[in-house]
Amino acid sequence: MSQISYHRPATLADAARLAASDPDARILAGGQSVLPSMRLGLLAPSALIDLAAVGELEGIRSDGRTLTIGAMTTHAAVAASQEVQARIAALAQLARSIGDAQVRNRGTIGGSVANSDPAADYPAAVLALNATIRTSARSIAADGFFTGLFSTALRPGELIGALDFPLPVKAAYVKFPQPASRFALVGVFVAQAGNAVRVAVTGAGPCVFRAAALETALGRSFTPQACDGVRMDPDALSSDIHGSAGYRAHLIPVLARRAVQQILG
Amino acid sequence: MSAAQPLIGRSVERKEDYRFLTGAGQYTDDITLPQQSYACFLRSPHAHARIRSIDTAAAGASDGVLAVFTGKDLAGIGGLPCGWLIKSIDGSPMKEPKHPVLAEDKVRHAGDPLALVVAESVAQARAAAALIEVDYEVLPAVVDTATAASAKTAVHDIAPDNVCYTWAIGDKAAVDAAFARADHVTRLAIVNNRLIPNAIEPRAANAAYSRADDSYTLYVTSQNPHVERLLMTAFVLGLPEHKVRVIAPDVGGGFGSKIYLYAEETALVWAARRVGRPIKWTAERSESFLTDAHGRDHVSTAELALDRNGAFLALRVHTTANLGAYLSTFASCIPTILYATLLAGQYATPAVYCEVQAVFTNTTPVDAYRGAGRPEATYLLERTVEQAARELGIDPAELRRRNFIRSFPYASPVGLTYDTGDYEATLNRVLDIADVRGFAARKAESARRGLLRGIGYSCYIEACGIAPSNIAGALGARAGLFEAGEVRVHPTGKVTVFTGSHSHGQGHETTFAQVVADKLGLALEDVDIQHGDTGKVLFGMGTYGSRSLAVGGTAIIKAVDKIIAKGKKIAAHLLEASDADVEFAHGEFRVAGTDRKKTFGEVALAAYVPHNYPLDKLEPGLNENAFYDPTNFTFPAGSYVCEVEVDPDTGAVRVARFTASDDFGNVVNPMIVEGQVHGGLAQGIGQALLEGCVYGSDGQLLTGSYVDYAMPRASDLPGFRVDTVKGTPCTHNPLGVKGCGEAGAIGSPPAVMNAILDALAARGVKSLDMPATPYRVWQAIQAAARR
Repeated sequence: MSQISYHRPATLADAARLAASDPDARILAGGQSVLPSMRLGLLAPSALIDLAAVGELEGIRSDGRTLTIGAMTTHAAVAASQEVQARIAALAQLARSIGDAQVRNRGTIGGSVANSDPAADYPAAVLALNATIRTSARSIAADGFFTGLFSTALRPGELIGALDFPLPVKAAYVKFPQPASRFALVGVFVAQAGNAVRVAVTGAGPCVFRAAALETALGRSFTPQACDGVRMDPDALSSDIHGSAGYRAHLIPVLARRAVQQILG
Repeated sequence: MSAAQPLIGRSVERKEDYRFLTGAGQYTDDITLPQQSYACFLRSPHAHARIRSIDTAAAGASDGVLAVFTGKDLAGIGGLPCGWLIKSIDGSPMKEPKHPVLAEDKVRHAGDPLALVVAESVAQARAAAALIEVDYEVLPAVVDTATAASAKTAVHDIAPDNVCYTWAIGDKAAVDAAFARADHVTRLAIVNNRLIPNAIEPRAANAAYSRADDSYTLYVTSQNPHVERLLMTAFVLGLPEHKVRVIAPDVGGGFGSKIYLYAEETALVWAARRVGRPIKWTAERSESFLTDAHGRDHVSTAELALDRNGAFLALRVHTTANLGAYLSTFASCIPTILYATLLAGQYATPAVYCEVQAVFTNTTPVDAYRGAGRPEATYLLERTVEQAARELGIDPAELRRRNFIRSFPYASPVGLTYDTGDYEATLNRVLDIADVRGFAARKAESARRGLLRGIGYSCYIEACGIAPSNIAGALGARAGLFEAGEVRVHPTGKVTVFTGSHSHGQGHETTFAQVVADKLGLALEDVDIQHGDTGKVLFGMGTYGSRSLAVGGTAIIKAVDKIIAKGKKIAAHLLEASDADVEFAHGEFRVAGTDRKKTFGEVALAAYVPHNYPLDKLEPGLNENAFYDPTNFTFPAGSYVCEVEVDPDTGAVRVARFTASDDFGNVVNPMIVEGQVHGGLAQGIGQALLEGCVYGSDGQLLTGSYVDYAMPRASDLPGFRVDTVKGTPCTHNPLGVKGCGEAGAIGSPPAVMNAILDALAARGVKSLDMPATPYRVWQAIQAAARR
């Protein structure tokens, strides 16, 4: 039977060093994807590097221009944070909609963003809110971060430290759940910062992406009706037993419209 | 509790809930025996393949491994039997291929077990199983129900066209004649989606052999331990029945899936003597998905002939039923005896004809699942009736009312005799409680929010407590359909009841105790109910088909009657009266018309301390048993109304209101009955909206976990309005009870689907199959828009 080393570093630098020294190690940032994958035999890492003791990765703070959330902040903490509710209520609401109570108590924002699951919720917020991903080595803009199915711009041994969300912003997230897993079959995050409108879509493709046609239409007129004429190309979208690419393409502007309605109250 | 206040009819809290709510339940996996070892089954990754060779050498040498067995080792034992022989129209018996405990020459569905590894730990057994090398010749898979009979591949050599039987019921000539003179014919094609049972507790077994007395003990997640023992010993392993004790301890849900004799526990019992250690196996959830017998899976056409006034003249049905890769224990009788006999429903349709083709496929075996045939019949009939109402422009409740059976007993054209019922009463009540008159206003309010609101009806009939044994036997049953009970009165007047009905969520420990305590004038806590152990209970056919109170409860009452009869003789002796003058009521034996009396406890003590006792005429002790074979089914019935809101932009359906009015005859514990209805409704609404088993064309199960198989959750369901109190008592059992366990799952799917179709009628949608997922509803709206 396989043996696994377990590390529990106290600093992000130590964690990054451990990760860099063993390419077959996996980061434990809540374990809501890694542990089930190991249990199913889909993943057999040589070592687990548990970030639970890295205190610098905790916490939520805001300076009025940026909302910063530490990578190891749990979904439950984001959902309950008065700071997040006051600054970007849509982000707190998104966190509240992830998984179930157990998942929200263990799963973390950094873990979710680093995993880039095609149906995860947080990537939509990170991309639409134009966040900056601060890592153990550098800062990465959201637009360059999510590169594909379970893949990101993170290099081997590079760990997320915190996420910076620019303020002020008006935003809403509307998720249409896949009936069985309740992951996003399609989730649309709409954010309006000044005159700029960003629309990020999760669940519909191999990883989160921006819907340029919707951004253009909403940039011209930030109204629910602006979404109605927008047609999404199903060619690049996912298809499975829960919905064809055509269905997902149809849902994107429908959900965007609802998000705009929420923002406009 | 005073005897003056009857317990029957009261919602007393469940006696069993203390242990369940405090985590003190003892389930099969909780039981660990001295020298425990653990099993892992190697399962086929392919739906259909020939086994060229199996190499177990590396597995056998792996850490902690005690033994590895394959189908070759078990070749001398029998196959898993099927309990009901169905004959085809031409009189030929159904094709009955061997169902080996471990696959021999072929594997026939993904998950089919082909080797058993026994090791010191589960992890070691699993690791070793992964080392078994199997050389498969992969064969094309037969998957699709509708086309299985024309597939070029045969699942079993003895059924080259994959047809197990082609069976029919009803007067075909009379039906054809009625169609020839009909003013209107409603036709529809209808699919009843395959379901995966999903009890919270997965199947498990722990088998031990004792060399000391050459006996076996099997702990197993079973709804019917005596049947399990009989089938396993007499038909498969050839073991002496009296040397095998089967214990079904606390069981966390069954829904039918734990009725059957499965390969796993059979292999464990066989291996326990060879290994010389107790062997435990608990299914992983993914194993449950692949190997618990599935439910439903019918593809049908229905035709209803009506006259110009909406009177039903005849019903003609053709059904293809998927039995899966092997005949599970009761697979053959579900789409026949428990399905087509229900097709008259609540209606006085003079002629009904149904033909059923049952097919083998490379999928998990299909058997009874909550409702078992009756949901399929009700869904088909109630969809058809609602469509007829729509086509004729008659109010769907009114069309049903015009066709209700009104005089009882009623002999249906498909073989059943309904003893009693009042369908008008349940319909009237549900229309009232559901506030159907307010629907138009609610629909307008939904429309203001951009939502399509629809209302749907369903009037179901159910046949519970399948019986009697002799008629079932003539129809092919290979088992009896009675139940057994024993009432043991202790010297202090306390009572232990042993019943063959198993409780795995139904609350028998409370309901049965209410009945016995009332009959004997005792407090509820003075009566204890024991079940689920062949070493304690005299015999039992177990729990299935909503039979427990009607059949198992009646057996107990018959034993109680014997206790009272004997008690009167003892009391007569003590009171120096004649037997005939002693009356029993409220826990007291009294000489009629006098104040001379003995309490139940005094009589019990006299029976066990027989100093002043008629020993020359009467045995000491107070212990009686009874077997009860019912004269007929019981026939619960009810009317359900569902209202849904459909979001036309996404296809999402929300059940806005659900109202049920059920006639279960007399009710012993209204709270438990209501809970059973709630659970049934949740499962039925789950089938209608969420649950759907999907196989790929290669026979791989695509919905093999909760990631892809959607179970209903609390947030999917509205607050139910349930009315179950007043009914027409069953005429042929002493309690006048019918059965409530399956009703909700039987009656609700058509109500939900009729409501959705009502909502979508304005969009031109005429048909829709379950589950009505958002994707499927959206597709239906799109397709209708293109027409």
